[in-house]
Amino acid sequence: MRNSGTFSSRIGVAFMTPAGVLVTLFVVFPFFWIIAVSFTNRSLLGASALHPQLVGLKNYLDLFDPATFWSQGGFGPSLWLTVQFVVFSALCGQVLLGLVLAWISRELSPRAKSLLQGIVMLAWILPDVVVGFAWFAYLDRDAGTLNQLLRGLHVPAADFLIEHPFLTICVFNAWRGAAFSMMLFDAALQSIPPSYLETADVVGASGWQKLRDIVLPLIRGHIVTDLILITMWTFNVFTPFLLTAGGPSFETDILPIYTYRIAFKSFEFGKGAAIGVIVMLINLAFSLVYLRLAQRGLRKKGKAA
Amino acid sequence: MLKLGIPSPALRQEHRIAMPATPHIRWTQRAPVARTRMRVAALLFGAAAWAMALAEPVEVSIACRCVEGGVNGSEARWLKRVVIPEYVAAAKAQGRDVAVKLREFAGSAEQMSQQLALDFATGQGADLAEFDGFQIPGFVDAGLLKPLDEVAGADANAWEGWSHIPDSAQALVRFRGKRYGVPEQTDVRMIFYRRDRFRAAGLDADHWQPRSWNDILDAARALKRHDPASYPLQIDAGVAMGEATTMQGWLMLLAGTGEELRDAQGRWIVRSPGMLAALDFYKTVYIDEKLGEARTQRLVSGRNRSFTDFQRGKSAILIESNWFYYTAIDPQGDFPIPDRDELVGWAKMPARTPGSAVRGQDFVSVSGGNSFVLNPHSNHPHEAWLLLAFMNSASVLRSYQEYNEHLCVRDDVLPPHSEFLRASGRELLPLTTIRPIDADYEKVSAEIQRMTESVIANKLSPRAAMAEYAAAVKQIVGADKVVALDTSAATGVQAPAIPARTTGADHHAE
Repeated sequence: MRNSGTFSSRIGVAFMTPAGVLVTLFVVFPFFWIIAVSFTNRSLLGASALHPQLVGLKNYLDLFDPATFWSQGGFGPSLWLTVQFVVFSALCGQVLLGLVLAWISRELSPRAKSLLQGIVMLAWILPDVVVGFAWFAYLDRDAGTLNQLLRGLHVPAADFLIEHPFLTICVFNAWRGAAFSMMLFDAALQSIPPSYLETADVVGASGWQKLRDIVLPLIRGHIVTDLILITMWTFNVFTPFLLTAGGPSFETDILPIYTYRIAFKSFEFGKGAAIGVIVMLINLAFSLVYLRLAQRGLRKKGKAA
Repeated sequence: MLKLGIPSPALRQEHRIAMPATPHIRWTQRAPVARTRMRVAALLFGAAAWAMALAEPVEVSIACRCVEGGVNGSEARWLKRVVIPEYVAAAKAQGRDVAVKLREFAGSAEQMSQQLALDFATGQGADLAEFDGFQIPGFVDAGLLKPLDEVAGADANAWEGWSHIPDSAQALVRFRGKRYGVPEQTDVRMIFYRRDRFRAAGLDADHWQPRSWNDILDAARALKRHDPASYPLQIDAGVAMGEATTMQGWLMLLAGTGEELRDAQGRWIVRSPGMLAALDFYKTVYIDEKLGEARTQRLVSGRNRSFTDFQRGKSAILIESNWFYYTAIDPQGDFPIPDRDELVGWAKMPARTPGSAVRGQDFVSVSGGNSFVLNPHSNHPHEAWLLLAFMNSASVLRSYQEYNEHLCVRDDVLPPHSEFLRASGRELLPLTTIRPIDADYEKVSAEIQRMTESVIANKLSPRAAMAEYAAAVKQIVGADKVVALDTSAATGVQAPAIPARTTGADHHAE
């Protein structure tokens, strides 16, 4: 037994090695590299490209410099905009929409259900560029499909991408990502024993009561997983760039676009890395909060039992 | 700012860089056997290289922001139909088998320079690349570009063309006393106007020439009165327009106030009466009187939209580069106006008030330049240089003029037919200005775009936008390299040439 134990753990290490090397090379190393770069003035253009220097916390201090923090196109507005983007398009949009779709599709006939899910999935699996261009063409003021339809209905045309850019990218992101939450919640709902809900029906519980008292507590773990993933994805999503390029006047300048401007238009890699580190810390904080919430829920459940 | 003067043939080989001595290896210490072995190996290697050279022609490539049938299409046609076949034939006649490949780039000028920066940093990219001269300092400091004679050898200094390119044009590719490319063309900026709209509004449609900013505004007001739904005036602003905002908009206005981006000591000016006046002008045009359409300026594809608007007569006054006339609205261009010569007039950009511009001028212009640089990682740097010199020889450039007339920097290649190019070059080159040749310029320029965006989007007052600019530029260049001029009086003592309340932009009561 003992022999075979060592043998199997050795084999285990052997099996792990390729994956470990890849993860080290492409995840662990870049991770620490980014942190290291964020303390330098490394760039692609200018003298600091040839001789990058350690600048300590300068990149971080520049980002939070009160003189420029809240300026137009600065770090402050971008951070605040991203938080709103996450709340509206990810939490209210994708998660809630996904839950509602999953809840509705439960009641549908199998054929209607697969039709609904197919349509929602389509929004998710199309390539970014195709989707970006389709929305751009759909929303354009002068030649956009939506405005043609509105004019046909004698509703005044609207200039979505210029006058309501933030609303537009929120709706866009909710539409784009709802499929994942829907699939996840659909699987979660199927794991609930039907007898629970049938019992609730017998005692005359309303739909809302069933959702609140039976469904939500049972799928709490799924919800937390979904929240973590969706929040992180939305924090890092770049596709709105294809609709608005961060404009007009920085009204959709969410952090990924801000980072892109700093790191790949001005080629200031040091400062760009510093933003990356800050975004990572924010994501970490969000994840910790979600996990804490989930644990508290589990403890409560434990006490109640 | 430097002055682009009249061609001077005085310049000849001003920089002769000594080439490092080739390491000379002697084999005398080696044993004879080893020597023989080496000789055989060298012979074999040589034979193999010769065989490969026979099989494969030397390939050099050109990257241009030009696409046949698209942006700068005439340049692409010239490169494909003249430069490449004639060069390949000339090389063959000299016993060299050369293949030339054209890499057409269809994106914006900003995207092109982004691509080049990444290419050069990773040892990739074409051997010859079209390049906007103002980016040379940033690229050079980063080690992405090497002096021409370092890449191509001393031949590059001995080239006959240098004696035909005036020093002022060579300054476009020169940094710290060294040349980094060959300048090909320069441009000037002016006001274009549509005679049909002017005639309809009862304005002078044949010889319109504003003498002050106020004259421009008055004409725009008259056009707006005639057609209240129209937006007659476009002057570039905002981030979406990119460098066009700085060149076509900001620097044209600033030069008219007698100020420059930097003071005589090379410090960046971050607050000044002239800047305030320029921002007020934008505010008058885009916010207060809606003489121009701010939406166009804010669109992702705004510059193309501004061309379309002018092409279709939705706007009637556009401040642009002469490139707009001879390429964009050329009857064969991307935004063709078939009867361009009759329909479109041009005027010099006036100072804010007569005499208030840089050097006490009444009119201003801004010039940039297009050049080609050698990729320092080129596998065939000498062949690439020969191609570059061939491209910029007088006869080949004269054939370019037949494809697309432009202001060539060579004094022996004048625009052959176009009266517009001759006249605008003659009138504007003596009074034009160029951008600072400074490694920080590009980042400061981005801040200028941001400052104007805040004003035309009505997010900030001109003073607040200027304050944000000051803070941002200070962060970029350091507090010791900026200077703020007194703006306490709306038009202060720093600008004595500007009488108070003379332009319509002066409504600002702070």
